[in-house]
Amino acid sequence: MDFISIKHANKIYKNGVTAIYDLSLKIKKGDFVFIIGGSGSGKSTLIKMLYREERPTSGEIIIGGLNVAKLRNSKVYKLRRKLGIVFQDYRLLPKLTVYENVAFALEVIGAKKEEIKTKTLKAIDLVGLKSKTRTYPTELSGGEQQRVAIARAIVNNPKLLICDEPTGNLDPDMSKEIVDVLETINREVGTTIIMATHDREIVNARKRHVIMLKDGRLIKDNEKGTYDNEIVENV
Amino acid sequence: MRLLRMFRRNVRDAFKSVSRNFSLSIASISCISITLIVVGLSLLLSFNVNNFADTIKKDVTIVAFLDKETTKEELENIKNKIQKMDNVESIEIKTKDEAKEEMIKESEFVSLTMPEENPLLDSYLIKVTDIEKIKDTVEEIKNIESISAINYGEQMVDKLISAFDLIQKITIIIVAILILVTVFLIINTIKLTIFSRKREISIMRLVGASNLTIKVPFVIEGMLIGVLGSIIPIGVIVYGYVVFYERMEGHIFSNIIKLIEPEPFIYFIALFILGIGILVGMIGSGRAVRKYLKV
Repeated sequence: MDFISIKHANKIYKNGVTAIYDLSLKIKKGDFVFIIGGSGSGKSTLIKMLYREERPTSGEIIIGGLNVAKLRNSKVYKLRRKLGIVFQDYRLLPKLTVYENVAFALEVIGAKKEEIKTKTLKAIDLVGLKSKTRTYPTELSGGEQQRVAIARAIVNNPKLLICDEPTGNLDPDMSKEIVDVLETINREVGTTIIMATHDREIVNARKRHVIMLKDGRLIKDNEKGTYDNEIVENV
Repeated sequence: MRLLRMFRRNVRDAFKSVSRNFSLSIASISCISITLIVVGLSLLLSFNVNNFADTIKKDVTIVAFLDKETTKEELENIKNKIQKMDNVESIEIKTKDEAKEEMIKESEFVSLTMPEENPLLDSYLIKVTDIEKIKDTVEEIKNIESISAINYGEQMVDKLISAFDLIQKITIIIVAILILVTVFLIINTIKLTIFSRKREISIMRLVGASNLTIKVPFVIEGMLIGVLGSIIPIGVIVYGYVVFYERMEGHIFSNIIKLIEPEPFIYFIALFILGIGILVGMIGSGRAVRKYLKV
């Protein structure tokens, strides 16, 4: 069963740049996928199209039965409630504590107070920040801030977690911690995880499903892939 | 339940935002206040002018004089005839004897010079339902044989009607312009508060808040600014009008131009000002936030 299915997607920006060229791929439910490629390879555009920040110029993107490519602006929130998103720059609210930052995601969709409390504490526990619920983001390390962002992304039990270079600002040890957290979520909750990265070590160490892009084209789609430079150069 | 929860959160956020961006909010609140004071004054003026125009229109009377030879019988017959005309509301007979007495009462000079035989004519005092059609009615009455002369203060009435129309049009234009200016001011204020919360809005969108959820707090904030901005104008207008009414003893220039009694008129004006304040705040903030809700 394919959870995500992309068929012949093209993306041409208004300035004429073609970011994605005839891309088709499938991702199974519960999968852990690395999307790799250099700058300008189109991986950011692909990620943005998955959470409907951008729309493909043509082709279709179906996530859990929902045609994302045809989703109107006013209905985007329906998609966003089904997935969690994590960014390189964490995007936390500095004036809120760890708990409040995570609870924020439930508050704005109008969840009940008790529900907010149990779900928030569970998510914070899952990323291993139980002792820091009352701390403000500025008092945390980069890795901890990113874990708060992950907790916020998963607090609503999404089926899909999209991570755009989540380890981009972190040192190798912290990066490893973050990917460990993601793997735990993938294993224990069964959340499908898509992670864009250019961190060679992480990709090579985990032997996961790897999708490699170059100049907007899919050049590799391996079930247990590595970040292999030769392939990039041979194509 | 869910809606109520969200609503409480929104109202709380709106108060927070107004107090957090205090200086900015004060700026828009004073702008709204100034606008609403002028709007209030224009309303007072326009309602009073309207009221005066209505009384004047009601007072307009056609006076139709009959031939000298008209008998009592004919007087009654013609009266019934006129009564049946379309635009005629009421008709009264004023005999020459009544007219004579009235004139003697009004001035001593007349009473001294009035000859023994009554030189005056019998007349009808006619009121019309629709003042706009008064000319046609006058023409129709003129055609009756025994009517010798007819008079309704033609020029005065025409001038008054056009003057009132002009005053009303000018006040409406002024009010409309002021409201537009205020809407733009509010759009700018709310835009600035939105700018300071841009990050929060983008995160709200990312975690799946609907556009409405994001929009409502800002609209409530705009309404709040509108309400706060209408407090001073309401006070000024209500108090000012009551004092003015008492000072002038209910009329301006002469006894003819009567002012509208303050109660319940000023309550209506106060509600109107509050309504405009809220509406303007809502429209301004609604428009300001729209831009930030794309993707």
